[in-house]
Formats: sequence, C-alpha cells, structure tokens
Amino acid sequence: MKNGIYLDNSSTSYPKAPGTGEAMKYFIEEIGCNIGRGSYQKAYEAGGFVLGTRRKLASLFGLRREKNVIFTPSVTYSLNYVLRGLLRPGDSVVISALEHNAVARPCEALKREGVAVREAPVDPATGRLDLSALERALVPGTRLCVINHASNVFGVLQDAAKIGEICSAKGIFFVLDAAQSAGAVPIDMERMKISGLCVTGHKGLLGPQGTGALLLTDELAEELVPTVLGGTGSRSDLLVMPEFLPDRFEPGTLNLPGIYGLDRALDFLIGTGIEAVREKEMSLARLFLKEIGEIPCARPVGVGPEDERIAVVSLDFDGFDNAETSALLEGEYGVMTRCGLHCAPLAHRAMGTFPGGTVRFSFGYFNTEEDVTRAVGAIRDIVM
Amino acid sequence: MRAKEDGVTGMRKKELRAIITFHITADAMAADLGLRKKGVPGRLIPVPRSISASCGLSWSAPPDARGEVLQALKELDIEPEGVCELSVLV
Repeated sequence: MKNGIYLDNSSTSYPKAPGTGEAMKYFIEEIGCNIGRGSYQKAYEAGGFVLGTRRKLASLFGLRREKNVIFTPSVTYSLNYVLRGLLRPGDSVVISALEHNAVARPCEALKREGVAVREAPVDPATGRLDLSALERALVPGTRLCVINHASNVFGVLQDAAKIGEICSAKGIFFVLDAAQSAGAVPIDMERMKISGLCVTGHKGLLGPQGTGALLLTDELAEELVPTVLGGTGSRSDLLVMPEFLPDRFEPGTLNLPGIYGLDRALDFLIGTGIEAVREKEMSLARLFLKEIGEIPCARPVGVGPEDERIAVVSLDFDGFDNAETSALLEGEYGVMTRCGLHCAPLAHRAMGTFPGGTVRFSFGYFNTEEDVTRAVGAIRDIVM
Repeated sequence: MRAKEDGVTGMRKKELRAIITFHITADAMAADLGLRKKGVPGRLIPVPRSISASCGLSWSAPPDARGEVLQALKELDIEPEGVCELSVLV
C-alpha cells in the first residue's frame, strides 16, 4: 500500500506478518491437497501441519486441548456457532451495550425466536461495563454471557477476568468476542474463566482474511449443537455429525491456504510477543491522542485509562460531517480510516455518537510515528 | 473553525456537489468500476452522514456533470437510489 497511510487495522491488519503470503503460496503451489480425506502421505503431513496450528492457538490463548480449537471462516461465524448452537426459546443471554453486529444481529433474530436478550450498560464516558449492573442482569435462567472484549469503535477494553469470575460463580457460560483483542492483548482462557473464545485470524493475529477460530472448553462444547452440517472425512458411515472435536464443528473443506498463512503469522506474533506488540501500538495511540488534544474540534470518544484500551481511537469532528472528513483524509492525504457506525450501532448509541458516527483511527504494529504525525497534520489541515 | 453547513472560515471550503447514492454496495462498486472506466468526473465517497446513517457509498461529482453521470449509470444498467446536491468539504 505505497503512498498511503493505513490506519484501518481494526478492519483488517495491514501489512500482514512477514512470510504470510509466502506460506499461502507454498501451500497452493507445493502442497495443494486436502486433509482428512485422501489416503496418502502428503495429506497426512498437511493434517499434521494444521494440528500444529491448532496447538499454537491453544497455547497462545491458554486452552489445554488443541482439538477444542475449531477453525471457522471468521469470528462472525465463531460467534454465530455459539449463539445459535446453544440458545433455545426460553433461554436468556446477556450481552454488553458495545456489541458489534456479529453479536447484535444474531441476538435480535434469537429474540424473535423467544430467547430473552439483556443488555448490560456501560459508562458513556469510558465505555467500561458497569460490573454491578452486569451481575444484576445475569438473572437465574441466564445461559450465556457474550462480551465484546475490545470495542472495534472506541478501543475500550473490558475486564475479562472479572467478568469470567462473575459468570463462573453463577454457572453461566462466558464467551468472549476477541475480534479486536486477540493478538493485541494477552488472553488466557483458563485464568479468565472463558468458556468460549471467538477470534479472527486477520486482525491482531496478522494473518489472512477468511481465517477464524472458536476455542471451546469441554463443558461448552458438550452443550453446543452444530449448526452447519456436512462431510468431515470421519465417521462417514453416519448421517449425523461426529461427536468428537474438532470434527463436530468443522464440516466441509478447511481454508488450508489461509491456515498455512495464519500459522506463519502466529510464529511472528509469538516470536515478537504480544506485550511488545501492545507497547508499540499503544505508543502510537498515545502520540496520536496527545497531538489530537491540540485540535479543539476533534473530540476523542470513550478514552479511558491506557490499561483499559487498545490502539483504536474514534474521533467526532465537532462542526463537520464525519463521512466528509474521512473522505477528504483519504482523497487528499492518503490517510485511510473508517467512518460511520462501524457495524456497531449499539455501541454508538451507548456512547452518544448515533447516528452521526465517528472517524476511526486504528493503529497496527507496522505503523510508525511518522504515520501518526502525518495523519494529525492532515486532520489539522482539514479542520483548522 | 468553520460552521457545519456552508460557511468558509478556514483554508478549506465547501463546494456544491452532486451526490448519487445506490441501493446496495455492489451497485456502488459496479458504478465505481464503470464510471472510472468511462472517464466520468467524480469519485466514490462515503455517503455524507447528513444524507443517511446507513454507512453506504455514493458518487460525488461536480453538479454540472450530473447528467453525464446519470446517463453513464443508465448505460451501465445501474439504477441510482437517489440524487441530491449538497455542499461538501473539498
């Protein structure tokens, strides 16, 4: 992406981890076969490789069993597999007021099918969940609590460990939507008492689009009904899905080029260290916020303490149409951002930025301080 | 700082543009491909928030190119959702 400043890493990270493209090319040109189907050595070796990727994901996120790592096409699928696979009419689910449409839309559909959906409020100044209110929302009969770990709009990070404690004490499954946080902050399913972790491969994990995963505890896996059914290459004598993992939730052919790319990206991420990635990204966000502080009409929304955030900043330009500002940033200065509601109308309503939306600046590991200063210069040029 | 509507108090001004919106994103993409290929004036931009909160895409062109854009869209078999004139930042 020459001649441009890419600040849309919340949509997808760019560039990808070094070697990701080469790994995908290697699979397509040198491997090419499917796994779990053909009876030849090459297929077995590719199967072993994919098992290795599961192990890396399990290890990265504090899950003991690699077979409980389910590959999906995206985090949206992971979330749908849980929501639609677990909830039945008469059940209750609690979500946060900052949910992305990946949760809000399936929940709205489930509501129409007789599932009770409760929304836990957030502090409109910082976006942090009111944990007392969350606890009160988890009424008897609640089966599931799904929480957006880091807001794709405002960057606010929720206290997953405390929420895990609360859910665990009440015997409620806790599912974390880690679309924005996986790879950006450390996550440990066991320590945080997370029953299901939904991640995408193409954001903080620095891998290719079309990859995602659902990491499940045995307890949640036992309760989940598969919602997409088909061939698994195993127990082909049966007309029902196999009971064992990961096959139970992995019908059809996996995105193997994507998984090879993701594997290489995970090597980079693990080698670099999530803490180092976080420090770099937050230093860029810190610089951006400092310089933006000198532009009176650029109002950062929902900016709390740094340890409660990721490197995503939403600005509301007082006196300007945010879409026009975003268009001009790209059209004249090559600064790529995302404006509007970011597929998260609930979050914008909760933070008072609906329907005008915001302009989102999301920083990634490969951005530089120069990117930040040039972006701020462009903003200053437009609005001052 | 400038006023939101029309004023010009800084270096940058607002300019009247023809804004053509589309029913679906795929139409906007097809319009971008087709209009650029034909050399029709304008560019794809997010729909200004003052028109819609739907987060769609629109074609922004000089007002005097409005007829040319609409004719080109007809030739491309793309039906616009709406057309309006609006002062936008340029």
